[in-house]
Amino acid sequence: MTIERVELSHGSGDGNQRLLSEVVLPNLVPDRCGPLEDSAVVPSPGACLAFTTDSFVVQPLEFPGGDIGKLAACGTLNDLAVMGARPVLMSVALILEEGLDAGLLARVLRSLSAVCKASGVAIVCGDTKVVQHGKADGMFVTTAGIGVVPEGRSLSAANARPGDAVLVSGPIGCHGIAIMAQRANLGFASSVASDCAPIQGLTGALLEAVPGTKVMRDATRGGCAAVLNEIALDSGVTIRLRLADIPVGEGVTGACNYLGLDPLQVANEGTFVAVVPGSDAARALVALKAASGGSGAAIIGAVEAKGRFPVVAVTEIGGTRPVEMPLGRLLPRIC
Amino acid sequence: MTRPQFSDPALARKLLSAVEQVAGRVGPVKLMEVCGTHTMEIGRLGLRSLLPRTVELVSGPGCPVCVTPGSVIDAAVRLALDRGVAILTFGDMIRVPGNELSLEKAAAQGADVREVVSALQAVDLAEKDPERRFVFVAVGFETTVPVVARSVVLAAGKKLANLHFLVAHRLVPPALDALLADKALGIQAFLLPGHVSAVIGGAAYRRVAEAGVPGVITGFEALDILSGIHTALTLIADRTASVVNCYRRVVRPEGNPRAVALIRRVFQPVDAAWRGIGTIPGSGFELRPEFTMFDATGEYGLRVGADRMPEGCSCGSVLKGVIRPDRCPLFGSACTPQTPVGPCMVSSEGSCAAYYRYEVAR
Repeated sequence: MTIERVELSHGSGDGNQRLLSEVVLPNLVPDRCGPLEDSAVVPSPGACLAFTTDSFVVQPLEFPGGDIGKLAACGTLNDLAVMGARPVLMSVALILEEGLDAGLLARVLRSLSAVCKASGVAIVCGDTKVVQHGKADGMFVTTAGIGVVPEGRSLSAANARPGDAVLVSGPIGCHGIAIMAQRANLGFASSVASDCAPIQGLTGALLEAVPGTKVMRDATRGGCAAVLNEIALDSGVTIRLRLADIPVGEGVTGACNYLGLDPLQVANEGTFVAVVPGSDAARALVALKAASGGSGAAIIGAVEAKGRFPVVAVTEIGGTRPVEMPLGRLLPRIC
Repeated sequence: MTRPQFSDPALARKLLSAVEQVAGRVGPVKLMEVCGTHTMEIGRLGLRSLLPRTVELVSGPGCPVCVTPGSVIDAAVRLALDRGVAILTFGDMIRVPGNELSLEKAAAQGADVREVVSALQAVDLAEKDPERRFVFVAVGFETTVPVVARSVVLAAGKKLANLHFLVAHRLVPPALDALLADKALGIQAFLLPGHVSAVIGGAAYRRVAEAGVPGVITGFEALDILSGIHTALTLIADRTASVVNCYRRVVRPEGNPRAVALIRRVFQPVDAAWRGIGTIPGSGFELRPEFTMFDATGEYGLRVGADRMPEGCSCGSVLKGVIRPDRCPLFGSACTPQTPVGPCMVSSEGSCAAYYRYEVAR
């Protein structure tokens, strides 16, 4: 089936993969080869550079645990961090809708700036455009970031091998549920705050403890299910998860039960998945737990030889089921 | 990841071995879980991988998305595209193809399609934006009807003139009657829906037992579903065609009388079409005369026409448990979750979608 018009479902998961493979990549970079990582790693004189860009659209613009500014900083910095890069430079481009409250704009820019400052990143260029009322949802932000990759570091979604262990850096699904709870006015889930945060400290601690770390992926849109499927497909392996070991907060579990969603498919903004050699799993876990923001880290599964499904899960009662790539955006069920 | 008291692994293992014992006594059996939420949970728990191979679970017509006629979606699409009406709908209806388009594809052509989690949101939206006209697509079983009924009553109290309801609710007991009347029915017992039963009560399934087929009302946690299966197998083994309530912490024989009274105040039964099955007497609702001013079909002169079933689609037989999803000629080739052809593949709750994702894994 070919895409005739862009649909909302083309924004994440399997729909996004299709939009990229059918329309975006063949027309934009027809000669591209290799897997799509979170950042491009580009050899340059004197240092290896990681380069990435991301656009941010979210409603509400301010939500429990963050705002679009913090999100725009973390999203790009985290894409650099999971490639093992030390972030250095950032650009910020704003598309503002006529009528946007200037106080709100100032607040979200301050929080963007604060994350960069705390991470030692300089905002060195930017752009601002204003569009007519109704042509943008308050504001859109695009950031790009450049980081320096230490010599010899090679993290890639294609590196997972049978025998490796899979870890997650903290409880999953918080960002997606925090946003959905705000939009749908879910009182009982209003205590869920987004996990939106820079992960550089955690990725750094992991790489220091386990230099042989093979893959790190920022589990943003499509959640853990999407990145685990990408890792399994890019590496030609199967990943077997143990659901009982996956950290999920009470509020997220409740909201997912109510909305008929799988926490594995819900977006995160400060939580990543890592693959390390099986023999290093315990050391990796200790390092993550000891680092600031990593107390909820867990070993959630193992890499196996390629089976019928890219990702499978052993359920809490011992059954086995495939963990699918989300089809598109998450749609709450009727009852 | 779930409420531990109802998914204790040790108790689940005990129940599973009890299920194996009874299964050994009854031989190959086919149980139908009528409710889409059961289908989802059975898949999520990987239950099929744990049950004896002689116990087959098939999904019934209890997925509200699956059984909503394509013509209802067509009507919503035309309202949105041709009349500029904002369509309010539950999220999982958005991707379902009508005979023409899905609401998602209509939105890509400029239609105003908004996702809500409750009909009460429709009342809020219509009240806050009186210049805009809204239609709420009222689908779902007895579980969702009371909230929709409440919304109609609220809309009437507020005298909202810009909100209408495209009523396509479906009722579970008449669908079970239709299944039971089919001589080709290949089902030995029903797992009956927990949430629907909480509203209509266990007594509503009297005719199931009268038809000689056992039924078990059960909940949605691992132990609920396992004990439901165990009870169903035991009833089959003992040749006892009764309806047993295994979900007593939620379901009472009389149901929820306030909810039932609210439904009766707003709606009256009407013959209704089920996608893939056809028309079932008394299996739908229409607004009572005093509320017809909220009826979208009247307001917009809509004709919700007949459904065209795609050529080769065997969903009717699948929904009745007559054939296994993979026996349909389209299954897995023309019809997949990414490119659904028939209603059973369109929702993640549908038999074919569940079979495609979970059963082929064995």
